[in-house]
Amino acid sequence: MNTAVPAEWYLILSAALFTLGVVGFLIKRSLISIFMSIELMLNAVNLSFVTFAHEWHAVKGQIFVFFVMMVAAAEAAVGLAILISIFRARGTLTVDQIDLMKL
Amino acid sequence: MHLVLFLIFALFALAGAVNLLLQKHPINSALSLIVVMASLAVLYLLLGAEFLAMAQIIVYAGAIMVLFTFVVMLLNEGREEKTWGSKTAKTIGLPAVVVLLAVLAATILRAGRHYGMISLSDGVTTIQELSKVLFRDLLLPFELTSVLILIAILGAVALARKDNGEA
Repeated sequence: MNTAVPAEWYLILSAALFTLGVVGFLIKRSLISIFMSIELMLNAVNLSFVTFAHEWHAVKGQIFVFFVMMVAAAEAAVGLAILISIFRARGTLTVDQIDLMKL
Repeated sequence: MHLVLFLIFALFALAGAVNLLLQKHPINSALSLIVVMASLAVLYLLLGAEFLAMAQIIVYAGAIMVLFTFVVMLLNEGREEKTWGSKTAKTIGLPAVVVLLAVLAATILRAGRHYGMISLSDGVTTIQELSKVLFRDLLLPFELTSVLILIAILGAVALARKDNGEA
């Protein structure tokens, strides 16, 4: 049994996950959850990169995903450090209450 | 077999993403994001990207999500009061998101007729092929990412330090 899946199903799944990430970015009120929605969007884009790498037999698509992972790791480290310092300064992570650039 | 595995793990990924949105507590959102990332790793395996599947588990589901759960537990933020966002986000944002999904899906479906089928017998991209490109053609960008991560470590330490005023 060797059932095949059309490549566009993977792309549709990627688009759906990306859209769910955008919805989370809009409706979530906690800064941590908003950050997680951004990670979800990054993952969705990675899926379409891997799909196109498979479709066109291009290894560089997979390398690009590798670089995205590295940048996401750096971004998560810095972003979470910013979250910690915001929490120290404001005592909350609810975005409605963090509306000033100045401390 | 491919179809069954794809459907199962696509469903897991979508269910995890929807659960991420519905959960009120950040720790539940973080755990459902781990489900999404693990099922994406299986999908990468189905697409023949075995190295990326392992990197997804180790870097995303492992390192990044441990960092997330660690921060959630450290700050002990608690439940969100109002999940459904502001009025603007609901009235303008959500229709815009629906339009975004429609445009993406229409584009993919129109272009997708030229794409092929993906089956398990397509073979995998071995680490050998991957590293030939990474360490020969793209050596400089690869080395630059190590500098980037070093800077990120320094930045994270500088930002999260207790007395971040004077130093």
